[in-house]
Amino acid sequence: MVAFYSIYKGYFRTALIVQFQYRIAMLIWLLGGIIEPLMYLVVWRTVSEQQGGSVGGYQTNDFVVYFIAMMMVSHATFTWIMWEYVYRIRMGQFSVMLLKPIHPIHSDIADNIGYKFLTLTVMAPITYLLAWFFQATWQPVPWTLAASVPVLILAFLMRFYWEWSLAMVAFWTTRIDAMNQAYIVVGLFFSGKLAPLELFPEIVQRAAAIMPFRWMLAFPVELLLGRVTPRELLIGIGAQLFWLIAGYLFMQLIYRAGIKRYAAFGA
Amino acid sequence: MFYFRLFATYLRVGILGELEYRANFWINIFQSALDLGVALGGLAVVFSHTDTLGGWRPEELLALIGVYFLIGGIIRTVIRPSMTQFMEHVRQGTLDFTLTKPADSQVLVSIQRIEVWRLVDVLIALPVLGTALIRLGARLGPGETLVFAVTLLCGGLIIYSFWLMLSTCAFWFVKVENIQVIFMSMWQAGRWPVSIYPTWLRSVLTFLVPVALATTVPASAVSGRITTSTFVGTIALATAMLVVSRWFWRLGIRFYSGASA
Repeated sequence: MVAFYSIYKGYFRTALIVQFQYRIAMLIWLLGGIIEPLMYLVVWRTVSEQQGGSVGGYQTNDFVVYFIAMMMVSHATFTWIMWEYVYRIRMGQFSVMLLKPIHPIHSDIADNIGYKFLTLTVMAPITYLLAWFFQATWQPVPWTLAASVPVLILAFLMRFYWEWSLAMVAFWTTRIDAMNQAYIVVGLFFSGKLAPLELFPEIVQRAAAIMPFRWMLAFPVELLLGRVTPRELLIGIGAQLFWLIAGYLFMQLIYRAGIKRYAAFGA
Repeated sequence: MFYFRLFATYLRVGILGELEYRANFWINIFQSALDLGVALGGLAVVFSHTDTLGGWRPEELLALIGVYFLIGGIIRTVIRPSMTQFMEHVRQGTLDFTLTKPADSQVLVSIQRIEVWRLVDVLIALPVLGTALIRLGARLGPGETLVFAVTLLCGGLIIYSFWLMLSTCAFWFVKVENIQVIFMSMWQAGRWPVSIYPTWLRSVLTFLVPVALATTVPASAVSGRITTSTFVGTIALATAMLVVSRWFWRLGIRFYSGASA
């Protein structure tokens, strides 16, 4: 544990320095993450206003808060690893990572958290601006707010392990754009990014409950909005733990199979 | 005529190049189908809770999505790949080879790379647009069709000129590829009618990044909500942007000194 602490400290420092070199690229990644929720915010706000102020149990203000929270949660949990791994393998950078006496996932986690820290300086004022502009009022419920901390950490970890595992597909084929996009699209419908899941037909909601996406995004968002009962909270944390463990095992499996296949291009 | 033959040649080269990667065709079909799925799925969810969105009926929004895919397909097939290549040429100093060819450099640069498989987006757009037009059919006379065609052309030209101006900045700043990514992020906002966005965002999407003009205006032509002033304004803007981008391009070319010479 102590060894990990100093390793992570070192990784964080380099991650911050490296990220700071690519400020523009950093801002561009952010832009996509802001436009998408903003677009659905505007759409649903319009629908709600037209329906006299509420749709399917969501008031106009709830939609605004929902999508602003969605923006924050998806920013906090997103990873870019599925795009990066292909380059690492194609360019042979992965060989260097294999030489280090530590699992490569750790430097990626540190990178990701370092990036999130830096970008918080942009995301926080943007959240504030959007909330001010759309006149959002948010009354946090103390216990759900407290619960959202571990839930967010679990959401981050499960998303990280799953996307890291899917990135490993790059060991078998270096053309993974289509798979990445399929993952994003399926996620879009079942994670609550497009609209709160309550607004979807029954069957979509059922499907969402047995898939991981909802527990990565919609669940923390609903928790932040205080729309979750204590019982639902426990179920949600259970589902998150289940998917986290499954993701961890999957990662171990696919990583071992992957490095056996890896033949270091360009070496 | 000469330029048509030139375009045909580049198209042939593009097809020959991409025939080597036939799997790309299926991958592109798959990706475009996913994109369309998102767009239509989004519409389905929205319209399961309301009859109109900001005054737009479902089939009118379907027409908007058709336009969105059509112009997006053209961007991805010709504009974006060509401009990426151009920026690369500026960076490496190989633009000299283009400049010495006996044809207009702006035309050469704009059509130099055609990613044929991306035309799938255009192919997907046509049935969507067709369905929307048939559903709206009763009210669509030859006049509206003409207005639609003209605004669609103007939308395409506006996007092209805008992109050309952004790319021309490469003469001064060299590394501007990131601007394209910004544009593509903003582009997705064009899937919805611009009138639903709050004023500041609408101004951004109309004047800063002319996404709205390229999608909402043609779609409003088929849904019969276009006003004469919008129509005339769009034509005027397209013309103005074409002229300004041409002027800017000339300015950039004069500034360019070649990296190797």
